[in-house]
Amino acid sequence: MTPTLQLFLIISAALFCIGLLAALSRRHAIFILIGIEMMLAAAGLNFIAFWRFGPQPAPPTGVMITIFAIAIAAAEAAVGLALVIAVYRHYRTTNVDQIDQLKG
Amino acid sequence: MSSLGFFLIAIFTLAAGLAAATMPKLIHAALCFALTFVGVAAFYFLLGAEFVGLVQVFVYVGAVAVLIVFTILLTPRDAEKDRSFKWSGAWIALVVFGGLLWAILKTPRLGTAAPVISALSVRQIGKILMTDYVWPLQCVGVLLTAALIGALVLVMEEKR
Repeated sequence: MTPTLQLFLIISAALFCIGLLAALSRRHAIFILIGIEMMLAAAGLNFIAFWRFGPQPAPPTGVMITIFAIAIAAAEAAVGLALVIAVYRHYRTTNVDQIDQLKG
Repeated sequence: MSSLGFFLIAIFTLAAGLAAATMPKLIHAALCFALTFVGVAAFYFLLGAEFVGLVQVFVYVGAVAVLIVFTILLTPRDAEKDRSFKWSGAWIALVVFGGLLWAILKTPRLGTAAPVISALSVRQIGKILMTDYVWPLQCVGVLLTAALIGALVLVMEEKR
């Protein structure tokens, strides 16, 4: 049995839900970022799988979108971690349940 | 595409992902996070997108994981005692997975094998990036610059 598109979609759905689990059930801000990064990676995996299993020859649109998604995810991680450090300096905590004021 | 490799990579990736999501210690979770992305890069290699796999390893395992480890080191106060786990999040994730699984299994014509393709060379990717995708490339460049400057401004010490 060779891997089919269906199997790849199931794997990436599972990865997405693991990311969702990390983002929803942990209270530490860095865990939430890890979860968001995993969800982004699952989306990228879907793009590549649809490109690979689509009618060939096709322009490598899925590959291009995944490269751009990785670049944007890197920017998002940098800004997110900077926010975590800035919030930690202010509140002395990274637990998102305790960060409940807009005006610090 | 070998099925044994596929299942090995799938088990490896999902196990590392689950470990990253449920580990009580943050530093262990960050290392499992890096392993998850090694698994995803292996999927990219399996799917014939070697360049994207390499980019994934460089960016995530090389940069983002190190960034996360540094952030953990810079915020030491309660990094060690995050054992709170909300089960409602787990139920929501399970329900979402069920919904996605149902949609995937109901969709017809997903079970075909992969067509044979010629390898996608880095030269081709570079050509396309410089012709069809030159505007998105410039925009991503500006976005990355702005994001990195913004991150620096955010973490700079305030002088009073």
